[in-house]
Amino acid sequence: MNEILGFSTLDLSRFQFATTSIFHYFFVPFTVGFALIIAVLQTLAYRSGDPKLENLTRFFGHLFFINFAVGVVTGIVQEFQFGMNWQGFSNFVGNIFGVPLALEVLMAFFLESTFLGLWWFGKDRIPAWASLASIWIVAAGTTISAFWIIIANAWMQHPVGFEIKNGRAVMTDAWAIVTNPKGLEWFAHIWTGSLTVAAFFVLAVSAYHLRRRANVEAFRVSFRVALMTALIGSGGVILAGHEQGQSAVRDQPMKYAAFSALWDAPEGNQMPESLIALPSNDARENRFELSVPYVGSFLAFNNFTDKAKGINDLQKEYEAKYGPGNYTPWVWPVYWSFRVMVGLGFLMLLVTLVYVWRWRQGKLDDPGRLYPLLLAMPLVPHLANFSGWIATEMGRQPWIVQGLLRTGDAVSQLNPLWVLLSLAAFWVVYLTLIGLDVFLLTRTARAGMHEPDVETPSVPAPDYVPEGARL
Amino acid sequence: MPDLPTLWLFLIGLTFSIYFFLDGFTFGEGILQPFLARRERERRAMIGTVGPFWAANEVWIILGAGAIFAAFPLWYGTLMTALYPMFTLILLSLIGRGVAFEYRGESSNVRWRTFWDVTSFVTNLLPAFLWGMIMANMVRGLPLGSSGRYQGGVSEAINAFSVLGGLATLSMFILHGATFLLLRLDQADPIHARARHAALTAGAFATLFVLAFVYWGFIQEALFRSFGLTAWLFPAAAAINLLLIWAALARKKDTLAFAATGLTIVFATATIFINLHPVLMPSTIGDAYSLTVQNSASEPYTLRLMTYASLFFLPLILAYQGWNFWVFRRRVTGHDAAEDGQAVYGQT
Repeated sequence: MNEILGFSTLDLSRFQFATTSIFHYFFVPFTVGFALIIAVLQTLAYRSGDPKLENLTRFFGHLFFINFAVGVVTGIVQEFQFGMNWQGFSNFVGNIFGVPLALEVLMAFFLESTFLGLWWFGKDRIPAWASLASIWIVAAGTTISAFWIIIANAWMQHPVGFEIKNGRAVMTDAWAIVTNPKGLEWFAHIWTGSLTVAAFFVLAVSAYHLRRRANVEAFRVSFRVALMTALIGSGGVILAGHEQGQSAVRDQPMKYAAFSALWDAPEGNQMPESLIALPSNDARENRFELSVPYVGSFLAFNNFTDKAKGINDLQKEYEAKYGPGNYTPWVWPVYWSFRVMVGLGFLMLLVTLVYVWRWRQGKLDDPGRLYPLLLAMPLVPHLANFSGWIATEMGRQPWIVQGLLRTGDAVSQLNPLWVLLSLAAFWVVYLTLIGLDVFLLTRTARAGMHEPDVETPSVPAPDYVPEGARL
Repeated sequence: MPDLPTLWLFLIGLTFSIYFFLDGFTFGEGILQPFLARRERERRAMIGTVGPFWAANEVWIILGAGAIFAAFPLWYGTLMTALYPMFTLILLSLIGRGVAFEYRGESSNVRWRTFWDVTSFVTNLLPAFLWGMIMANMVRGLPLGSSGRYQGGVSEAINAFSVLGGLATLSMFILHGATFLLLRLDQADPIHARARHAALTAGAFATLFVLAFVYWGFIQEALFRSFGLTAWLFPAAAAINLLLIWAALARKKDTLAFAATGLTIVFATATIFINLHPVLMPSTIGDAYSLTVQNSASEPYTLRLMTYASLFFLPLILAYQGWNFWVFRRRVTGHDAAEDGQAVYGQT
């Protein structure tokens, strides 16, 4: 296959998929978690009838809207790319992979886009209970959507309920695919991770205004709701992650070994876990390593004696099973992004616990000395997501579908020039979008809430001909 | 057992018909903005006619693509790989258009708004044209080798027939957008009268290009030749509706005009999809390489599952999307009320 600037169509397509997925994933978890927080806030407003809370809901709703549009439109790219750049993949997996994708549209996308419009534009046109129901439906829609796409991804990591027929994977057991244990663990991890994205954003915005003593009564409420969300999110994401690690040892041992830069199964009667390592694919060992005993066994098996297989053992095993080839992922980015993700996860939990402690002390209206950190925290869950995806998707290479289809066999035979051009165009557009999104979010968040009679620029609802006039 | 692949071709055709009906007027409205709106208030009114609907309208193409992926995996990869540059432009346009809708109102800065107005115009224009090119190439066929591998370059997809197809969808969507505005804008506004003029002009072009497309397809590309009497009812119905638009516009029957432009789109899309049976995508290299409905479909297990899911969810979706249109049924006005681009939140 020909190349352009030294890059093959495969390289460019992989880079494009990584680009569009990672950009898309800045917006998606935010939407999932944020819809839920807004729904909770609107429920509180509805039950108390407090106009301050109603105002707070609209304020966060505006921020939600800024983010939602970009999430929707970047999502379309994800779907089309399977056909455009991965013809071999779509033909091989369409029987199975296409189904959760189509269900995601049928069960979630229509719900989200219809009811968000009703919620935002229809505030004065539908009763209050219908408005509250609308935002809950949006929240449910985002969660359902996350579920189906994770089920699709989980099948690529751990194929179940299928057989190979005429060179394609075909479905034999839909229930097995929906209840793929990998999918359920992943969904728990992704969903709690989404909660942290939205929670730390709302925490930062609320702290900013609490610090300035602006609308304290309202932002006190959003701070508490977000703190509870952050606690569930950061606690849950760690627990689910621990489960995932253990199932990776069983189902994707090569990926797990790369997470830990474990080249050879350890000698002795326990497995240490590396803290810092400089893995080298060329030398097939770590050039430097610092590790702690027993921790590896605990992470992988919940005990202090069992040992996982090393990369070099697995390479030999796979050569025997699948034929000659390189079955080792590029270890250092997998190893380090995994470590960054875990570290940031614990940082989130720590910050959350500090503020839960302050809550118990009755000092929640004052963000305290950690205030600058709290303002920076919205970036942390994004970085953790980014590194998590790098770790898990690079860690399963060379497979696009574990054990069944290699990434190199899945790519479309495209002129690399076209892929280079589309890649460049996506970069330009996506960087612009991120810039605008951050600018608008920051500006709107800092402007804060106004008194109800002060007008604020936002997504305008149209002016309708008044009731009674001729239609 | 029913012929599931054919059923799914029908359902995909239905999805595309609904998509072109709904997003067609969104494209048309966007393209018409610079021609019809002379003041900020009027532009805002035009955006307001589609504001609560565009996102859900667009979801129909996500469903259309998802349905092709699940029901005809080979067709999915083949079509999108072969027409890669066109799909890239459509994706970039859908991104630009959606963001323009939401971000334009975020600032009253003139340059900011102009930027989004230009973005909105270009990103509505491009897909309105490109969808016609894609449909034309889909029925005409492409140089496909074994397992749907595309053997051509970009130039094969650009030919008189596909350009004609692009012009047909472009003019048809502009016309549909204009009749949608007739239905949605306040009749007392001067912009409403401008929309009627736009509909008449677009109508002339649409009639010309749509008929030319069908004629060229029949004579030069030998399409629609295998149609029986029933199949011919669809293009015939499209043609009758196309003529009906003129009568409706002349008598100022706005609802009828909109229904007629919508039905023209639906029947024309149906005609295209009828032509895809039994050969989904002809290979211009050799018949052996053509994708057929039967050889590119998924297994019955998958199709049956998808059928149950669609039978359950599609009526539900149509119901709540219909309710959404009902809630925002009142005409939009562009000549009074609050200041430009200012919305109020917090008022209960």
